[in-house]
Amino acid sequence: MSDKLQKFVGKFTGGKLTRRSVLGRASAIAILAAVAGFALPDAGIAAEPKKGGDFVMGLKGGESTNSLDPALSTSHVTAKALRTYGETLTEVTPEGEVIARLAESFAPREGGKTWDFTIRKGVKFHNGQEMTAEDVLKTMQRHSDEDTKSGALGIMRGIESMEVDGDTFTVHLTTPNADLPFLLSDYHLVIQPNGGLDAPGAGIGTGPYKVTADEPGIRYKFEKFADYWDATRGHYDSVEIIVINDDTARANALQSGIVHAINLVSPKTAKLLGRSPEIDIETTSGKGHYIFVMHVDTPPFDNKDLRLALKHAVNREELVDKVLAGYGKVGNDSPINEAYPLFDSTIAQRTFDLEKAKELYEKSGHDGSPIVLHVSDAAFAGALDAAQLFQQSANAAGIPLQLKPEPADGYWSEVWNKKPFAASYWGGRPVQDQMWSVGYLSTADWNDTRFKNAEFDAMLLEARGELDPEKRQEIYGKMARLVHEEGGLINPMFNQFIDGMATNVDGWETNPEGDLMNGFIAVKTWFD
Amino acid sequence: MPTHLILLVIQRFALGVLLLLASSVLIFAGTQILPGDVAQAVLGQAATPEAIANLREEMGLNEPAVSRYLSWLLGALQGDFGTALTNGADIGSAIAKRLSNTLFLAFWAALVSVPLAILLGLIAVRFRNRWPDRLISAVSLATISVPEFVIGYLFMFFVAVKLRWVPSVSMLNDSMSLGQKLQSIALPVIVLTFVVLAHMMRMTRATILNVMEAPYIETAELKGLSRFAVISRHALPNAVAPIVNVVMLNLAYLVVGVVVVEVIFVYPGMGQYLVDHVAKRDIPVVQAAGLIFASVYILLNMTADIIGIVANPRLRHPK
Repeated sequence: MSDKLQKFVGKFTGGKLTRRSVLGRASAIAILAAVAGFALPDAGIAAEPKKGGDFVMGLKGGESTNSLDPALSTSHVTAKALRTYGETLTEVTPEGEVIARLAESFAPREGGKTWDFTIRKGVKFHNGQEMTAEDVLKTMQRHSDEDTKSGALGIMRGIESMEVDGDTFTVHLTTPNADLPFLLSDYHLVIQPNGGLDAPGAGIGTGPYKVTADEPGIRYKFEKFADYWDATRGHYDSVEIIVINDDTARANALQSGIVHAINLVSPKTAKLLGRSPEIDIETTSGKGHYIFVMHVDTPPFDNKDLRLALKHAVNREELVDKVLAGYGKVGNDSPINEAYPLFDSTIAQRTFDLEKAKELYEKSGHDGSPIVLHVSDAAFAGALDAAQLFQQSANAAGIPLQLKPEPADGYWSEVWNKKPFAASYWGGRPVQDQMWSVGYLSTADWNDTRFKNAEFDAMLLEARGELDPEKRQEIYGKMARLVHEEGGLINPMFNQFIDGMATNVDGWETNPEGDLMNGFIAVKTWFD
Repeated sequence: MPTHLILLVIQRFALGVLLLLASSVLIFAGTQILPGDVAQAVLGQAATPEAIANLREEMGLNEPAVSRYLSWLLGALQGDFGTALTNGADIGSAIAKRLSNTLFLAFWAALVSVPLAILLGLIAVRFRNRWPDRLISAVSLATISVPEFVIGYLFMFFVAVKLRWVPSVSMLNDSMSLGQKLQSIALPVIVLTFVVLAHMMRMTRATILNVMEAPYIETAELKGLSRFAVISRHALPNAVAPIVNVVMLNLAYLVVGVVVVEVIFVYPGMGQYLVDHVAKRDIPVVQAAGLIFASVYILLNMTADIIGIVANPRLRHPK
């Protein structure tokens, strides 16, 4: 019992518990503390990591079509596998700062147009080879080659040329970019021997665990790599990932003790699961958002008043409560929230206001013909429910919103980014620049609201090259306001990641970049 | 007349091969007329006209359909299904592993369910319209009526989560002993048994009852044959064919239709493999899996026919 108490106190003083869970357990802790005669220490207990054990994860989001090739990774499971066996040049800490990882240090030149990365020495690949700057160069070239199918191609587009000089890897950009170190922390950009050109899917990296079994859609097995360079990571003897796509089966596997951690716990059952004394539910407020997107260049959505009417007609609190079961936060019609660095928190929250919605709708002069929202649960879990709630409140404001359910199969290729009004989902990006660039720049492929604004584009480029954080924050604030007011994005909610963990797993750090500590769970945790 | 019998079996076999060829044409044609270009589907949003042209060339899509079909069939006959478009893995070896898992599960499920179903059917006949018959019918009909995932979740919750007798996920790997593997698949075997039991049990019961009431059984009894001789010489040959037929249909189901059970027990079989690749439009894999499923169906039905022909003299003389 005192172990449990100690762990809880450690989490509490480490600031890792949410307010909700503290309230929930506060009385129990008070009693326990009184009974045990336990005095709260004034600082967090720096728990010493213990070595050993076989850590097993049960993860959703893996298919038998997967490959360990970092360039081709698009699913949850391969992303976690990449974090387990590979490492990137830089990393984003749970606090949102970028640090050097396989680079020892990095620095900009020419106002952020050129970046030098000094490559760490004494790092070995799992095949015994020493990692060199040449491997880094080849890796980056493979992901930025025009023919590549790499999921990281989008973030590599701004690179003009790259070169190696001794231990230094240098990147020349077409325009200055203060965020380049953030971009290179992308999980696709795992450094591989010779850039992975010889055997892209071999699963050879520099991480603390080496791949010993690769069965796509079934399981991955990893063993501790004896020559790993960093003693503060990789505490387990072995790590295993079992692909469990079914929500109930995943929860059962955690309850029956077969796995120690699961991802994507269903919001509807998370509270029930958390009642088990052997399970902790960890929630992470991230950057992902569940949204409805309107094409601002297509009637009737080319009318700003109509767009604002719809934005005011969505009951955000209700959606968070009912669709996310409270595991989320309301959105403010901008893709950016406080999880991003340089977030402008002064933008007023848009309210649910049927009177105003009605007024704006009448002002728009819309002819009263049905406004059709295309929706499928493929967009996000609960999209149909969310759309129905939206429809009811919109109809109450006199807006003739209608739903058109679409098949889940092919939703992303046939409906999203094609139909003028549809449900959608965006995961986050490490920095604002990237989020705005992939989804809101006039020329972006995935500009799913058809938002084309010259002023916005100019501000984005200006912010990218601005090395002064205060000035950048100001520009980003202006851009968010523009999208909030003019854009076609209805963003009612940011979802949270909900992970389930066995209580004997210690070392958890909430990382807003992604679920399961942004994939670092196997690398950074240990058995208590 | 053994030569006549052999000829009939050969004829039936040839028919099976012909049927398989026909289904291979259907599978190939079906995947060709799917909407959209295959190269486009593979490349998705990242497709540039140049990349599509390159990929079409690489996949041989510019050749006429007939020659593509023939080269595909020739490869498939030699076990060469090509490589998956999505992850470049060799389809033959990937399928071999998945198929052996599926057959492993189907084998043990069949080993439990087929004798059990026939035994229960015989008990039901023996105690016809009395409480054992009613109980067997009620329970087996109830289990077939409840969706398999509900039974699966119930078993998972009580046996795996609460009692912890067996694991809730049925993982298999090469380092496991046979005992460990059997423990691992215990739950899916039980669930599949429940799903297929009723069908076979009812068929056994109905067929034997039907035969036992036929006039020639009465004749046989009247002419003084022993009870054993009546059943083995007269009743059984007439009952075997329908029973074998329904058994084979259920075996085919155990091989090709268990994707739901595979998903909830995380069993690495063929069903999940096929579904994953269909979702990604991985045509070569879909074709290969389709061909294998068709073969299994045709093979099992052919076996049922041949057993029926051998067992029942009347079928040897078509009118």
